[in-house]
Amino acid sequence: MSLEAIIMCAIAILIIWGGLGLALWNLSRHPELEDDDNES
Amino acid sequence: MGEHPTGAKAPSKREGFSSRKVFLFAAVGSAVGLGNIWRFPYIAYQNGGGAFMIPYIVALLTAGLTFLYFDYAIGHRGRASSPLSYRRLNRGTEFIGWWHMGMASVIAIYYAVILAWAMRYLIFSFSNAWGDDAKGFFNNDFLQVAAEPGVSFDFNLGILVPLAVLWIALIAVMCLGVQNGVGKANIIFMPLLIIMFLILVVYSLTLPGAFNGVNALFTPDWSRLWDGKVWVAAYGQIFYSLSIGFGIMVTYASYMKRKSDLTGSGAVVGFANSGFEILAGIGVFAALGFMAQSSGVEVKEVVSNGIGLAFVAYPTIISQAGAAGALIGVLFFGSLLFAGFTSLISILEVVVAGVQDKFNLGRIASTVVVLVPLGVLSLLLMPTSTGLYVLDILDKFVNIFGILLGGVVAILVVTFIVGALPTLAAHLSRYSSIKVRWTWMIMIGLVTPAVLIVSLLDSLFNPEDGLAHHVYGDYPQWLVGIFGWGMSAGILILAIIISLLPWSKNSRAAEEPPAPPVVFWRVRKNHVDSTVRRASKASDHLAAAKAQEATAIAAEPLVQVSAPAAEPAAASVEPVAEPAAEDVVIPWKKEN
Repeated sequence: MSLEAIIMCAIAILIIWGGLGLALWNLSRHPELEDDDNES
Repeated sequence: MGEHPTGAKAPSKREGFSSRKVFLFAAVGSAVGLGNIWRFPYIAYQNGGGAFMIPYIVALLTAGLTFLYFDYAIGHRGRASSPLSYRRLNRGTEFIGWWHMGMASVIAIYYAVILAWAMRYLIFSFSNAWGDDAKGFFNNDFLQVAAEPGVSFDFNLGILVPLAVLWIALIAVMCLGVQNGVGKANIIFMPLLIIMFLILVVYSLTLPGAFNGVNALFTPDWSRLWDGKVWVAAYGQIFYSLSIGFGIMVTYASYMKRKSDLTGSGAVVGFANSGFEILAGIGVFAALGFMAQSSGVEVKEVVSNGIGLAFVAYPTIISQAGAAGALIGVLFFGSLLFAGFTSLISILEVVVAGVQDKFNLGRIASTVVVLVPLGVLSLLLMPTSTGLYVLDILDKFVNIFGILLGGVVAILVVTFIVGALPTLAAHLSRYSSIKVRWTWMIMIGLVTPAVLIVSLLDSLFNPEDGLAHHVYGDYPQWLVGIFGWGMSAGILILAIIISLLPWSKNSRAAEEPPAPPVVFWRVRKNHVDSTVRRASKASDHLAAAKAQEATAIAAEPLVQVSAPAAEPAAASVEPVAEPAAEDVVIPWKKEN
């Protein structure tokens, strides 16, 4: 693979999968809240 | 259950996802589908390769996530199917929800047959049934495609039987309900899909020539960044990939708990979907690289997408891989099957939920009422010698004049006529970790529709193949007239007609809504839905309440079961914006 392709592949993986990791980490820091009773 | 003096019923208990995790699996399962595997790699390659990642990521952030949040807000706020959620937002937008149901119905009819093909090809992988001519096998032996486009009923049992089995499986899953059917199917299939596809990608990368393929995908052509079409392609890929704009995410979000982190969850769904696309790109182009090397040609000679990639290129790769071909076949077609199945159940959920709300039917009754007719239509039209032609036309037109046009209309109506963006932003931010305010409103209100309109105009007026100038696919005009233009106009007209019909007092529209509607930029508390048929005894009360709509009506304690109580006290709500004198008047701190 060319250096350019390697760099772009790495950037894509870093941003997208890194973004996913960040998003999951963000969710883990905000635990799910339970609804009140009798709510549909 | 008591009744409000206006006749509104207390909200009934409704199905939902048991946890955020289930929602995430379901939403990602919906978003990750056939397009992630067979469309993204090709679009990326054709539009600048590695350079495409820039407009793609920009599109994800400025349109993908923003539209996802738009759908979440409407569904979660309305806590109902797409028609009823839109109705609860504003009476005049109900037709959008019915339009979504029409689009979903059309898509389900043809989407299912592709999964039936995948089922057959998974079995074929063990025997290389296609021999040396994968294309000829697909068109002639397998599909038995008619020489002339049209509509015929010479059925192909080799497709009809697996298609029928698929529809039975769909009915079974959908009958089980939101949590036990939809939720659990995604919890099982999504991890399986990820594992299978990871194995496929890793194995593909070990094949000779694989890195030539990956190199072809990621080598950047920076000059393409100045080409507007590349940006349109990026936004289009994100739009079609994320299951936005046709009611799925509206419906799924309505099943989330009230105090949900909508934006945080949405970010996970958006990035997970794109993450799978990147993985698919690597895997597909690794396989294409192997194919090119085996054939002694350049990678660009073998690049394909869509049905051609899945059912011609991959079988060729399987044949060339020798003993490992069966493994590749099982992994690839199995991945198509799982990805497609989880997407298809989300598509069907849009319709089933709408029928449940409108007619107050139980889950099983709604499933049967929806899936049996759709299944019959699918079985009549798709597993025939002309099924591919009809599929192609339906797919083209429902994507452009259904999803794309519907998305533009929904955004423009909700933004500029209803004026609900501030209300939706406040709702999104209420329990969310990522607060949305002006940036989101500008993106969804201006940037997203602008790009979608450009894409729509390009589809219509492109000098090469614009639908306004050319008969799509050079098919017979009558065929395109019926399944293309006729279908597109038909589902919209039907949506408008249905939206004009009143809702029964037995429907969920007669229940106390969880949030008041927005009418011309104002949140209308104590608004009474006068188009719901109510018992005559309540009609006098209804008339009086309408006359005094602007004043607060003392709510009966029985009515405060859920909906109003679900909205927190004003002190815990962060206002999205303080109204300035020149702003439209919106009671921020008391909205919703």
